[in-house]
Amino acid sequence: MQVGLNHFLVISTALFSLGIFGIVTRRNAVMVLMGIELILNSANINFIAFARFGNFGLQGQVMALFVIILAAAEAAIALAIVLNIYKTFSTVNVDEIDTLKD
Amino acid sequence: MNTISLQYLVDGLKLIKPEIAVTITLVLIVIVDLIMNKNKRYLPYIFIGGLVVTLYFIVVQFSTSSFAFEFSKNLGMVIVDPFGNFFKILIAGSSIIVILFSVISNEIKEGVDRQGEYYVLMAGMILGMFFMVSSADLILIYVSIELLSLSSYVLAGFSKHALRNSEASLKYVIYGGISSGIMLFGISILYGLTGSTNLYEINSLVQASQVHGFTFVLSGLLIFVAIGFKISAAPFHFWTPDVYEGAPIPITAYLSIASKAAGFALLIRFVKITFIQSVDPNGFWHLLNIIDWKTFIIIISILTMTLGNFAAIWQNNMKRLLAYSSIAHAGYLLLGLAVLSNEGIAAILIYFVVYGFMNLGAFLVVMIISNKLGTEEIDDYDGLGSRAPFLSVALAIFLVSLTGLPPTAGFIGKLYLFLALVDAKMIAVAVIALLNTVVSLYYYVRVLKHIFLNEKAEGTAEFATSVSSVVFIALMLTPVLIFGIYFTPLVDFAKSSIALMGF
Repeated sequence: MQVGLNHFLVISTALFSLGIFGIVTRRNAVMVLMGIELILNSANINFIAFARFGNFGLQGQVMALFVIILAAAEAAIALAIVLNIYKTFSTVNVDEIDTLKD
Repeated sequence: MNTISLQYLVDGLKLIKPEIAVTITLVLIVIVDLIMNKNKRYLPYIFIGGLVVTLYFIVVQFSTSSFAFEFSKNLGMVIVDPFGNFFKILIAGSSIIVILFSVISNEIKEGVDRQGEYYVLMAGMILGMFFMVSSADLILIYVSIELLSLSSYVLAGFSKHALRNSEASLKYVIYGGISSGIMLFGISILYGLTGSTNLYEINSLVQASQVHGFTFVLSGLLIFVAIGFKISAAPFHFWTPDVYEGAPIPITAYLSIASKAAGFALLIRFVKITFIQSVDPNGFWHLLNIIDWKTFIIIISILTMTLGNFAAIWQNNMKRLLAYSSIAHAGYLLLGLAVLSNEGIAAILIYFVVYGFMNLGAFLVVMIISNKLGTEEIDDYDGLGSRAPFLSVALAIFLVSLTGLPPTAGFIGKLYLFLALVDAKMIAVAVIALLNTVVSLYYYVRVLKHIFLNEKAEGTAEFATSVSSVVFIALMLTPVLIFGIYFTPLVDFAKSSIALMGF
């Protein structure tokens, strides 16, 4: 069987859904961040697959490179913020961090 | 294969002088911060100097309309046009005001050893916003949104030890990360459907080959998620109250003006360039029949303003109240886009200038009161009218202007917005917006009731406002009062800035 565009799209959609599922169900801030990473990577798979199978030139691959770099930057900043949260609240459970309320 | 000549690079670089100036300022702040380890007092003034130079470069090239680094005939990533330049002036101007805010803010003074980082991150935000308002390519849109977001996540939690600061930055980073991830997925689908990431190229491809269908609509809506998040439109607004309440006041003020303005510029550019078919002589746009943007934006904007206004009624924290009021204002501003005409865009531009002055002014007074009293609760404002008459009257004028009553500038902003709606025969929507304004009057006046009518038993001593604060407030008050009466220059300026590259 030939691996085609549809296989990649199925994988990326599955990853995207898993990412959203993780964000919605997980209570640990680090797990939520991992869900975000899954979403970014699912988009990356899309970009590469479309660039490869659509003969669209290099834009898709360039975009994927940018996304990898930005995902690293975002993970660094988000983890620093989570570390700071742990120092002030002694927990990383997003449900317990709710001093700001209506 | 094109060969890249030196002349090509020089031509491109000449057009992005404002961005280069901001970058140089950023580097300069880092260096000065390292060298002058002990004395950080000069950092904000270096920053303001850099921004003044930036403003000069923007004004000089104001009416230019072309692509920087054009990679083929009439295609490029970075657009320089009057529309973008208008927003760059707005962003740079509000940055200067917010830097002055930071100089007198107690919250920022506490982190004295981290002042360097603070201003560097702010410069990063400015750079991100500059590219956001001038991008014509989905790659650049994503990268600049991330540049803006990453800097603002950190700034929202600048006072590391305050509980609510940390919480605000965590909520901001999680919601922001999700929304930009969803946008990226939308971009990838759009890229797969059209084979291009350039908005102009996508437009011509779509016009030629009629790629209709569910997937295209889906990708457009997914991209709207991140933009809606930035402008805090209704289903994506839930971060706004928490982050606005938790973040230091200068950053709250900055997010409510600059980052919202950049989001609006991006939204207008995205909708107009990607989906436009033609512009008729009356200035109404005819969009491609793919996504019904008009209905969609009307629904979003009515939802946004109603939710913002009604939630604001129950608030007891001044920052939270202003957060909900800024959500409501995003709703009014969206109506200007829903008209889908040049007149509507002009109304948005007028509204943004006015909104900038009155909202920054309101935050300024709230910050000065919070510096003195250490509180932002509306109940603690009781009896402020006799204790600090100038501050109270100034706050009253800003709040009346936010409501949109004459003779303040807020009235002019709303007037032009409603005129655009009536001209487009959207009377029902205009009536809903008008009713919303009435609701907003209630919660603004409630603050004034606390200030002027409620008496407080203890702590009735007058408190002095420093001369610099009085001058600063007066500077913010002047445009709010002058534009309410003499608004022709403002309107002319906005009307000369509605030209987007290519249309």
